[in-house]
Amino acid sequence: MRRALSILALIAAPLMGQAEEVVLGLSSDKVAITANFDGSDILVFGAVKREAPIPKEDLDVIVAIQGPSLPMTVRRKERRLGIWVNTEAVEVDAAPSFYSVATTRPLDQVLSNVEDLRHEVSIARAIRSVGSAGQAKDVQAFTDAVIRIKKANNTYSLHEGAVALDEQTLFRTSIALPSNLTEGDYVTRIFLTREGQVVSEYKTTIDVRKVGLERWLYTLSREQPMWYGLMSLAIAIAAGWLASAAFQVLRRG
Amino acid sequence: MQIYLPIAEVSVNAFLLLGLGGLVGVLSGMFGVGGGFLMTPLLFFIGIPPAVAVATEANQIVASSFSGVLAHLRRKTVDLRMGTVLLIGGLVGAAVGVVIFNYLKSLGQVDLLVKLCYVVFLGIIGAMMFVESLRAIRNTRRGAPPKRKKHGWVHKLPFKMRFRTSGLYISAIPPLIVGVCVGILAAIMGVGGGFIMVPAMIYILGMPTKVVVGTSLFQIIFVTGFTTMLHATTNYTVDVALAVLLLVGGVIGAQIGARIGVKMKAEQLRILLALMVLAVCFKLALDLLIMPGELYSIGAGGGH
Repeated sequence: MRRALSILALIAAPLMGQAEEVVLGLSSDKVAITANFDGSDILVFGAVKREAPIPKEDLDVIVAIQGPSLPMTVRRKERRLGIWVNTEAVEVDAAPSFYSVATTRPLDQVLSNVEDLRHEVSIARAIRSVGSAGQAKDVQAFTDAVIRIKKANNTYSLHEGAVALDEQTLFRTSIALPSNLTEGDYVTRIFLTREGQVVSEYKTTIDVRKVGLERWLYTLSREQPMWYGLMSLAIAIAAGWLASAAFQVLRRG
Repeated sequence: MQIYLPIAEVSVNAFLLLGLGGLVGVLSGMFGVGGGFLMTPLLFFIGIPPAVAVATEANQIVASSFSGVLAHLRRKTVDLRMGTVLLIGGLVGAAVGVVIFNYLKSLGQVDLLVKLCYVVFLGIIGAMMFVESLRAIRNTRRGAPPKRKKHGWVHKLPFKMRFRTSGLYISAIPPLIVGVCVGILAAIMGVGGGFIMVPAMIYILGMPTKVVVGTSLFQIIFVTGFTTMLHATTNYTVDVALAVLLLVGGVIGAQIGARIGVKMKAEQLRILLALMVLAVCFKLALDLLIMPGELYSIGAGGGH
């Protein structure tokens, strides 16, 4: 998959008339979620490979990491008869569970609106269009709310100026993956831009997986829910009995 | 120490969960309530998804109630006969409750109804208990003898049974009806029902407060055990790692709670329970009346 993508990138690069392309390194392309997983920092670094001399305009780099997308329902509360109740709801058909963008300079200076629309880079563009029309009058307000809530709990973030670029060739940044990660493929995209135009794009994925006990429990709960439920109850009963027995021994002793 | 929960998909502090479990366990052992009403909001607060919080907590309550019942059994303060009658009623009620719940869901606004149910029920029950136990405390201070139990309509019904532990000789119909009503409410509100069961046993059935706690815990084990299985097999939302952390604290807390409960006077126990019921009711009412900080909320796709 990854090889196919990089080949695609190689083919796509000359087609767009680009003389510059990204050579990328990642501190790790796998994140293992273990029982004591507490977030992870991924170092994204690389170089710009070019055959021609460096153009006059400044080069900028954008790094965007996106977690697996899931559908969700957004509800709005309104006051009815003096109490606050959920009234309208909008189905968002695909919003990434995690999204982080890092840039060399403020995003609006680095990327033009048209390019943002085409490549879906900024947070507002990364949320796929909100579900079927007619659910609510002001769908935009719901999308804004999603971004506001997700930014507040750090699952969406924009780090302007967090990418370091040396001699218009070497770049690096560190992206913090939070502890509440969802499993799946985290798509990592790197854009090289000049005067707001994307001159090169590179795409790879970081594999985020549960391992060991976490993996086993998760699989059991999905594939053998009956046994999983009985196991949970057995643990509960055993723990209840143990505590009772232990306290009795304590009282006697 | 951070622990990643496999089903909830969040990382949380293990000691925080142990503490929470312990706190709720003490209440459970003292008052004979499951504690779900307290645990759910606390789990939301530390970032556990609501569906996982509700399901896992049912599993945790099985453990703390079992631990509590064993402690009460040793003191002979569990009326197994009464518990069984209540339980039969409760299971019938729960089945009816699920049907009602699904009907309400098809009408929409089930969340609102649940909350209103809570506020109204908790408000009435809490206020009644508070006034009654305050009066009882005043009477004992004044040295007036406690009133003899009145023989009301409850004692005129047929199918009389002897409940030795409770010292009652009453018809089996009232406990059955109480069980059914609590079962319906429990299924609609998604709680074990100890909250409504305890006052109902004290005031409607006239059971002694000491016996009520253990008996309530006895029937809660079965109700929450059933709920756990239901959630595990239909929604896959029981997080066993979360449950283990909570129940380690919970089972220890329940033992301590049962000991505290035995040392306290019945009126004191009732007045504390009444205050707790009123506090929860007040908090829920505030949520409904005050404008929330964030008007929007995110739920899972396709869910209700």
